[in-house]
Amino acid sequence: MLSRRIIPCLDVREGKVVKGVRFRDHVVMGEIVDLALRYRDEGADELVFYDITASPEGRSVDRAWMERVARAIDIPFCVAGGIRSVEEARAVLHAGADKVSVNSPALERPGLIDELAAAFGVQCVVVGIDSLRDADGEWRVRQYTGDPGKTQALARRTLDWIDEAQRRGAGEIVLNCMGSDGVRRGYDLEQLSVARAVCHVPLVASGGAGAPEHFRDAFVQADVDGALAASVFHAGAIAIPALKRYLRGQGVTVRL
Amino acid sequence: MAVVLVDAGGTNIGSVRYALQRLGVDAELTADAEAIRAADKVILPGVGAAGPGMARLRELGLVDVVRGLAQPVLGVCLGMQLLCAHSEEGDTACLGLIDAPVRRFQESATLRVPQMGWNRLAQARPHPLLSGLGEDDWAYFVHSYAVPVGPWTLATADYGGPFSAVAAQGNFHGMQFHPERSAAVGAKLLGNFLRL
Repeated sequence: MLSRRIIPCLDVREGKVVKGVRFRDHVVMGEIVDLALRYRDEGADELVFYDITASPEGRSVDRAWMERVARAIDIPFCVAGGIRSVEEARAVLHAGADKVSVNSPALERPGLIDELAAAFGVQCVVVGIDSLRDADGEWRVRQYTGDPGKTQALARRTLDWIDEAQRRGAGEIVLNCMGSDGVRRGYDLEQLSVARAVCHVPLVASGGAGAPEHFRDAFVQADVDGALAASVFHAGAIAIPALKRYLRGQGVTVRL
Repeated sequence: MAVVLVDAGGTNIGSVRYALQRLGVDAELTADAEAIRAADKVILPGVGAAGPGMARLRELGLVDVVRGLAQPVLGVCLGMQLLCAHSEEGDTACLGLIDAPVRRFQESATLRVPQMGWNRLAQARPHPLLSGLGEDDWAYFVHSYAVPVGPWTLATADYGGPFSAVAAQGNFHGMQFHPERSAAVGAKLLGNFLRL
């Protein structure tokens, strides 16, 4: 039986792991390879590295650290940040990443998803979606969220984009619910459940984890395949081995 | 011991090479027929689709080279599928070294395709490749096509029913998961292959 995945997310800015609250005010959390190894040893199922500065500044990710990570760890990892072309994705995959995640560049040019799927297979292609509920009650997509000064609200409905991304060849969707991100009050179960209903590929919850129960709820109530979190892991508020033992005790299938 | 990685273009080659380095083996990455024939162990990694995978082996002139190998060979992920007889993916004739078909997972409301994540391995029959495999050992899978259970099956995993996670026929072996990305369990199984 397939396990549910626990996925620490490492936001990378200028070669360091950082974390902000509600995507703002980033503080340095540690060195990339040190944190990657720590999470591997603790039993993380996968790692995601987001170069959160990449898209707004129009530059691509620095790849030297990816190869260092690939040499050091033996769990899968995904790289996101400013990947705008098949060639850039190829370089990231050849540096040792298992998957590439596209967000803002796919919004600029949705055909990028088709091209990546054709070149590498859908299993390599993750589409990250930053989503926020508007005053009218609709969830809509945000773009360039790595820099608050450049973040844009789009007319595109989140559920429409999930549907389109899958049709174009997304092998996995990471849904970052911005309204709950960084405040540790739990994943946005309402939004994730609605997304789950239209998402036929693996769905990863992101934004809001603060306690072990939040992970259980995301898996049991919203039926997500993976749960991504950053600050609770980086700060040591939740230890992954204890989290996984708790989840197994709650009947959630996890790898121990 | 000379271990070669067949350079047929898969993007996971670097990761497999690093995994072997962590086990103290510096594997040569090569598409050279003589180097492959002369190796003690041959690993065929692979990520992508069956049709292009076979096309690359043909372009490199390696189809008959791989078929003629007598030393232990390990196909990883797509590499395992290429060792089989035929794949539903693109209706592709494969190498025919393991007499198994490759079929697509049947997607449903509860079964998402691709399978992406960690699944538990269950030993189907004893084999040195599975030496030390425990009851609660998990491996990392990323795939939409799989080999059904049959005489070739050494270990299964369950995804809408059992499928072959590890298979072997003669000197040809396959792992559907990514041992290079399966933490300590993957390292153990790769180490077992190096000791065959």
